[in-house]
Amino acid sequence: MTLKTLLAGAMALGLAAPALAQDDPVKVGFIYVGPIGDGGWTFQHDQGRLAVEEEFGDRVETVFQESVPEGADAERAITQMALGGADIIFTTSFGYMDATNAVAEKFPDVKFEHATGFKREHPNVATYDARFYEGRAVTGTLAGYMTETNKIGYIGSFPIPEVIQGINSSFLHAQKVNPDVEMVVTWAYTWFDPAKEADAARAMIDQGVDVILQHTDSTAPQAAAQEANANGGRVFTFGQASDMIAFATNEDGTPGPRIASIIDDWSPYYIERVGAVIDGTWEQQASWGGMPEGEVVIGEITDAVPAEAKAAAEEMIAAITDGSYHPFTGPINKQDGSVWLEDGEVADDGTLAGMDFYVEGIAGDIPN
Amino acid sequence: MDLSSISPTLLIASLMVAATPILLAALGEMVVEKSGVLNLGVEGMMIMGAVCGFIASVESGSPWLGFLMAAAGGAVMALLFGFLTQVLLSNQVATGLALTLFGLGLSALLGQGYVGIKANSLGRIDLGWLSDLPFVGRVVFGHDPIVYLSLALVAVVWAFLKYTRAGLVLRAVGESHNAAHALGYGVRHVRLMAIAFGGACAGLGGAYLSLVRVPQWTEGMTAGAGWIALAIVVFASWRAGRVLAGAYLFGGITVLQLNLQTAGASVPVELLSAAPYLVTILVLVLISLRAGRAGVAPADLGKPFHAST
Repeated sequence: MTLKTLLAGAMALGLAAPALAQDDPVKVGFIYVGPIGDGGWTFQHDQGRLAVEEEFGDRVETVFQESVPEGADAERAITQMALGGADIIFTTSFGYMDATNAVAEKFPDVKFEHATGFKREHPNVATYDARFYEGRAVTGTLAGYMTETNKIGYIGSFPIPEVIQGINSSFLHAQKVNPDVEMVVTWAYTWFDPAKEADAARAMIDQGVDVILQHTDSTAPQAAAQEANANGGRVFTFGQASDMIAFATNEDGTPGPRIASIIDDWSPYYIERVGAVIDGTWEQQASWGGMPEGEVVIGEITDAVPAEAKAAAEEMIAAITDGSYHPFTGPINKQDGSVWLEDGEVADDGTLAGMDFYVEGIAGDIPN
Repeated sequence: MDLSSISPTLLIASLMVAATPILLAALGEMVVEKSGVLNLGVEGMMIMGAVCGFIASVESGSPWLGFLMAAAGGAVMALLFGFLTQVLLSNQVATGLALTLFGLGLSALLGQGYVGIKANSLGRIDLGWLSDLPFVGRVVFGHDPIVYLSLALVAVVWAFLKYTRAGLVLRAVGESHNAAHALGYGVRHVRLMAIAFGGACAGLGGAYLSLVRVPQWTEGMTAGAGWIALAIVVFASWRAGRVLAGAYLFGGITVLQLNLQTAGASVPVELLSAAPYLVTILVLVLISLRAGRAGVAPADLGKPFHAST
């Protein structure tokens, strides 16, 4: 809860009428799942918000609310923002999907943009997502090269399609360069809980995992890996959502644990959509950009990575960016051995958006 | 499934680390509630301790000063609550909730320049050959000093409440502030001291998160630990020993379930994730049931007191 939140609340009381005069700035609202200072997911969304302010200056006014739980309270927070006169509201986590649609029904004049979801029940709801699995293909490749114990770990948040795409993509590409690699998945059941994320990373390190990929929002796993390296370990990590470059060196100055990162750049999308509201051309859509659109960016690959691995990663970045390679290109089997994609076949977006299965070679079950 | 990849030594060691922040916060809150005050601001005091401790440790280079400042930060927050509820007689529940919101916001503000940097942390103590013993060396003799401090504090709080005159006065104030007042004890004075102690403990717990367990500063990093501490106090029926059991159970099962998942145990993940909450509540409720009516809340818990009434 910040001063801004209180102000947003106060405005909700003062400006109950959403109808705005023509000269009023367009009011843009953001609902965040974690604090801006998480150094990851929410931080990047807020960078997008700042980019909108910079682009449009006086023509826009932005409000945000941090650390909104996914659940019943989300609906209250979104409603409050709509009552506060927001013209467009970005709800930036998967768990806001139903709440966003419920509020959208009550406020047909307000535009809603829901991140990483798939429900667009009303004409004023659009969805947007980024093809993080493209970035995962690159980090998975690096993980396959870097592991010595042949055990790589993936800290999952919730078993939703976006996360499962990431797990499958990482594993497939690690396996491609290292056929012996094994992947362990640990579900944290939270997007943001530094203590738990650190514990999960530590449990992995204790059990011989030496490359950790995370799908949670804080930098705690990086800190846990740094600590392990200070005690004689050899653990590597990847920045998630944000660059997390602060963890690119160990305490003794050697490179690591963070060897690369997947950066979410929401700025182009936010600027485009807010611009559409200002021009009056906003329409419902389902956007799914990736590396070619600049929404998914790979952060600096450090010197801890051998030249051969770095070259392979850069080759993959180039191939995905120019569209010549899709990370889910057959032959790929499902976990039970049945064929998912024939040789040369490429996964369609519908299957990816609803992905609920592991590919062959990953052990364990996906929780429901 | 390969359970042999879980090392019991490392498991117990990390269990103690995971439990210590909750233990400290819950122990402090137990003393506060024993004096008849319900302070729901544990989360806010913890996060203030986390940020104060981190800043002090970074600026001075001394983790000890960090912990000291964390305790001070937590106590100052608590005394703010104490002033509002004991002197101005504001509603304890509302003030406690406000304290949490205030603490989360203020800590985010204070910690803005401290994201992504590294503080000096406390190392494990080294007791020579004792720390090199197999199993026992790591589990009993291989922790950082705050773990031992927290365990000592459990014993001190238990003995204080049970055997000392001051402890008896504190309990009397919590059970019947009117009777204690009639006997000439300074109800407000006792309560303010208990509140400050509770805040200092919560602050220490917070600093343990930011300086040892995570270790870094991230906004909102307590992520609900204060609320768990509050719940443990209730389910432990206001007994120091049971607070210890509750905190270690919760911390232990949190760590164990992550280890089981990583080892690929064939237990549903949903069950594993819920296990820390379920098992802790279940065990503590069972203990309380067996103990009979001994586990009743202090009679004047949460009631305002003014000498005129």
